[in-house]
Amino acid sequence: MHELAICQGLMAQVQAVAAKNGARSVERVVLSVGPLSGLEPQLLERAFTVAQAGTLAAKAKLEIRCGPVRVCCSSCGVVSEASPNRLLCESCGDWKVKLTEGDELILISMELSGFGLDSKPGSSFIPVWQDKTGIQ
Amino acid sequence: MCNTCGCSITPANAHLVEEGGALEHTHEGHVSIDVLSSLMHENDHQAMHNREHFDRHGVLAVNLMSSPGSGKTSLLEATIEALGDEFHIAVIEGDLETENDARRIRAKGVPAVQITTGSACHLDAHMVHEALHDLDLDAVDLLFIENVGNLVCPASFDLGHHANVTLLSVTEGDDKPAKYPVIFRAADLVLLTKSDFLDVIDDFDPAKAERHVRELANPADVLTLSVRRPVSLAPWLGWLRAQLERRKAGAILRPQVQSDGAALHIVCATR
Repeated sequence: MHELAICQGLMAQVQAVAAKNGARSVERVVLSVGPLSGLEPQLLERAFTVAQAGTLAAKAKLEIRCGPVRVCCSSCGVVSEASPNRLLCESCGDWKVKLTEGDELILISMELSGFGLDSKPGSSFIPVWQDKTGIQ
Repeated sequence: MCNTCGCSITPANAHLVEEGGALEHTHEGHVSIDVLSSLMHENDHQAMHNREHFDRHGVLAVNLMSSPGSGKTSLLEATIEALGDEFHIAVIEGDLETENDARRIRAKGVPAVQITTGSACHLDAHMVHEALHDLDLDAVDLLFIENVGNLVCPASFDLGHHANVTLLSVTEGDDKPAKYPVIFRAADLVLLTKSDFLDVIDDFDPAKAERHVRELANPADVLTLSVRRPVSLAPWLGWLRAQLERRKAGAILRPQVQSDGAALHIVCATR
């Protein structure tokens, strides 16, 4: 239900990363959305088309990767797959497990294009996770 | 995303972080760049500031969530009656429209700030930050944030609070924790409210509701209570007092379910 609010925040991040790296267009945005994230991928896709309009990501394709729900058992240590509302160890059935995968909500990567003469990638190009000044 | 501690890196995406892999040319000649930041980054950043405010002023902030009509405001009225002489309480109310709930709280002699969200189905950290401008945190021990009535969205938004309390009334069905896993998994305490109705209905089993909560790998206490039966409130009041004691003793308080990013920020901050 709040997918549009999330996409608006996502668009702000996307624009910031593109601007920081001197790109004029965004071609692709890759997300990881887990089953326990509280967001529905199909609704995210629809909200994305609304949020991307009129931005430098207007033509960007959205790729959403949905992984499994995985838990690590505190009793027997086994890592197994589980369903979103039955987080039980597959091996011993215990509910005392820790979720290791399934609630992620991550902007994994982006594909950028439209670099000007004054901003060639590889020269002053700093991948954002190495940039100590931080996003925004 | 914190660019120094890599706190958006989780066991699920750790393999994506490679030193040489951040800058890659795609076959169309585009530049692919790894970002690995949380989609909730902006909200989480504000939530962190809110939490710093609360921690600095020694305030315990509790987020109450439930579907509409489960009895959040009534519970707050009864709680203020029971604890109002012992602790300075304040409330932030969240609704789409009306000031009705804030008025009810103020009638109990407690400051209340009403956030009317318009069409937003949840509170977020920015809204709470705005509301804090209308509160004197130096004069508050215990702040309740009564979230918008909604069993879906509120759980996704860190407000900077210290604990999540999810309410479920006995007229709603004991399988709701299985149907709404995100909000019940996030609960540090589950309250089964309106328990006086158990006298006249036979299709709500508190033990079943608790089992569904356990199947979400959630060890939180599940308490059954009714505001019409003040004695039944004792365990809830005891839980609040215990959290306030922990606050006073300087314990670091956080909701038990957090994004890995938020959890790792504590590690960064304490290094």
